[in-house]
Amino acid sequence: MSKRATEPAVTPAKSAALTAARPSSVATANAPTYDPGPLRLHVPEPTGRPGQQTDFSYLRISAPGEVRRPPLDVSPGDTADMAGALVRVLDDDGHAVGPWAPEVEPETLRRGLRSMMKTRAFDARMLIAQRQKKISFYMQCLGEEAIAIAHALALREGDMCFPTYRQQGLLLSRDDIDMVELMCQLMSNTKDPVKGRQLPVMYSYKRAGFFTISGNLATQFIQAVGWAMASAIKGDTKIASGWIGDGSTAESDFHTALTFAHVYRAPVILNVVNNQWAISTFQAIAGGESSTFAARGVGCGIASLRVDGNDFLAVLAASRWAAERARNNLGPTMIEWITYRAGAHSTSDEPTRYRPAGDWQAFPLGDPIERLKKHLMTLGVWSQEEHEATQKELEAQVLAALKQAEQFGTLHDGHQTPLRSMFEDVYEEMPPHLEDQLRQAERGD
Amino acid sequence: MPSMTMIQALRSAMDVMLGRDDDVVIYGQDVGYFGGVFRCTDGLQAKHGRTRVFDAPINEGGIVGSAIGMAAYGLRPVVEVQFADYVYPAYDQIVSEAARLRYRSAGDFTAPITIRMPCGGGIYGGQTHSQSPEALFTHVCGIRTVMPSTPYDAKGLLIASIENNDPVIFLEPKRLYNGPFDGYPDRPVVPWSAHPASEVPEGHYTVPLDKAVVARPGKELTVLTYGTMVYVSEAAAKESGVDAEIIDLRTLWPLDLPTVIASVKKTGRCVVVHEATRTSGFGAELASLVQEHCFYHLETPIERVAGWDTPYPHAQEWAYFAGPARVAAAFRRAMEA
Repeated sequence: MSKRATEPAVTPAKSAALTAARPSSVATANAPTYDPGPLRLHVPEPTGRPGQQTDFSYLRISAPGEVRRPPLDVSPGDTADMAGALVRVLDDDGHAVGPWAPEVEPETLRRGLRSMMKTRAFDARMLIAQRQKKISFYMQCLGEEAIAIAHALALREGDMCFPTYRQQGLLLSRDDIDMVELMCQLMSNTKDPVKGRQLPVMYSYKRAGFFTISGNLATQFIQAVGWAMASAIKGDTKIASGWIGDGSTAESDFHTALTFAHVYRAPVILNVVNNQWAISTFQAIAGGESSTFAARGVGCGIASLRVDGNDFLAVLAASRWAAERARNNLGPTMIEWITYRAGAHSTSDEPTRYRPAGDWQAFPLGDPIERLKKHLMTLGVWSQEEHEATQKELEAQVLAALKQAEQFGTLHDGHQTPLRSMFEDVYEEMPPHLEDQLRQAERGD
Repeated sequence: MPSMTMIQALRSAMDVMLGRDDDVVIYGQDVGYFGGVFRCTDGLQAKHGRTRVFDAPINEGGIVGSAIGMAAYGLRPVVEVQFADYVYPAYDQIVSEAARLRYRSAGDFTAPITIRMPCGGGIYGGQTHSQSPEALFTHVCGIRTVMPSTPYDAKGLLIASIENNDPVIFLEPKRLYNGPFDGYPDRPVVPWSAHPASEVPEGHYTVPLDKAVVARPGKELTVLTYGTMVYVSEAAAKESGVDAEIIDLRTLWPLDLPTVIASVKKTGRCVVVHEATRTSGFGAELASLVQEHCFYHLETPIERVAGWDTPYPHAQEWAYFAGPARVAAAFRRAMEA
């Protein structure tokens, strides 16, 4: 065996540095030298593993305010540069800079900050509840709160999101969704709106524009496009917003969604939340190494942006841009949100086994809560005291909600929906064979 | 009352529903301007407009997945998968999504979609234009699996399927599109116009879902079948001289079990006939249910006639297809034992 076969000429870190140094559209970044056989299979690696430091230069970060803001009716092909750059608004001092800085009332931002803090407090308490075996499983969105919460500000009543399991911020930022009810879903108790049929966090809230979550990844992406096509067929004004993670962009449903969205010019926003990790697989394994996910959109004829997902103002501005395009028959927009999954994939995961423990602290785009807090303090509409008081108030609210939800039962205390409910809603009306099986189940034979 | 082929009856059903319900939309590969490779949607785009009847990309997962989204919005999509053999890329969307939407959301979202697909062989279509995948759908909870055998039933069942609030897999035996094929490939095709079930009302009517029909009353033996095999079984009854009672299931699942039980208890003999491959085919479920409910009424073991457990061949199509001779042989075995 030659030396070349066992020792790659280009180490992962070096490869990443090369990638970072070149424009995103260069597809040959991983084949930097002429190198005749023997052939080698390339298996991408992250730039850091446990015990190492991640080299985040692979992220290709633009300076705040640096990236242009194209006109709404931009030709999709003319967004190729946007798919390789990174739209950012908040600078390191907390100022909103550049063409994407949105017009927004301070009160809206204060509410946004509060929603992010509420979501984080909710997640933290639910992780404890899972360890206490009150719920079977949980998925937090730590570090990604800005994306769902700022995006929701760009949507209207009647619009429909087709989320993944990490957009709980869409619900927790709404005043009309009671935390108690969400907790009842998590605990699968007698007040669980989906009657104990779904894993925790697989919420369904049609009235809040939140499509029922599937554990089969990516399926919802093409459904979002279909929903948007329906709205267009009916001459409606509503738009859809589909969500997917970096990992599941590798599914065929992702590419299907892009094709349909482009073909029918569907009024849909296609959100790719690139939090760098799909359970233990780095985003390069989904195909993020030599290209960006936003570039897929451009390739399919969809106007596409790559945006700092930890920058509340950038998320708001890009979401508004995409929503306005959709509502004006300008077609779909793909947005790749760059963020970092700060926590474990789920309560069944242990990330210290596959990535450096200090990654989030070193992540160059920081913490969305800290960044918006700094901006609001710079504006003089928020203070450390207010922040601490709000934090305490939210923690107390979450705890009180949990106490209330627990009155209707937790997973293992026997407070579940009746047996009959297991057989209901398979069909609109229960067919005879299920009536039979229900009777069998009731008899225990 | 006009005489219609099954193609014309299906087209009439969609025409009627496009006219009655603004939420009905129809799409699939080649179904728009061209009117479908089997002509089932011919003229519908010209009549109802390009946003009600349109072409789709060659992507079955996308056709069904987008239909689920449309249904979640409030539409009632009727989509065509060009051949049942092509449905597999859509299987995840059917099984994990359409079939479970109502259940997993406790009724918050539903998927009233109809997925039409031509199935079955007899047209020299080879292994990619001949399959009968119904058992892959009867196994899935939350969907209906329907297969008509006459123009009258095709229209009435399709309208009932479109109006149904749950997803329906609507399998169309393509060998029956232009006539009641009875399994003799060397004999001239009898046109639908010579068959009484080709008399189809022009307007709206339904044939109830989940209800079987006795296609041929008889005393000696019960045949449980559907689609093309209804006519093959009729031919086998003639060929064997056995007075078979042929039950056309029409909706495979949920099954009209009372009709099945009543007939088998009456005749004491049962033969299950389908085009699809034998092992784990829908016939296995039928045989199991019959023994469960009629064991003490059975005079002889239940017989199964099905496609061989091989891919559907091209040149050897008629050695594969369970024609009247093989079905008649099963009748005789059931009578002799």
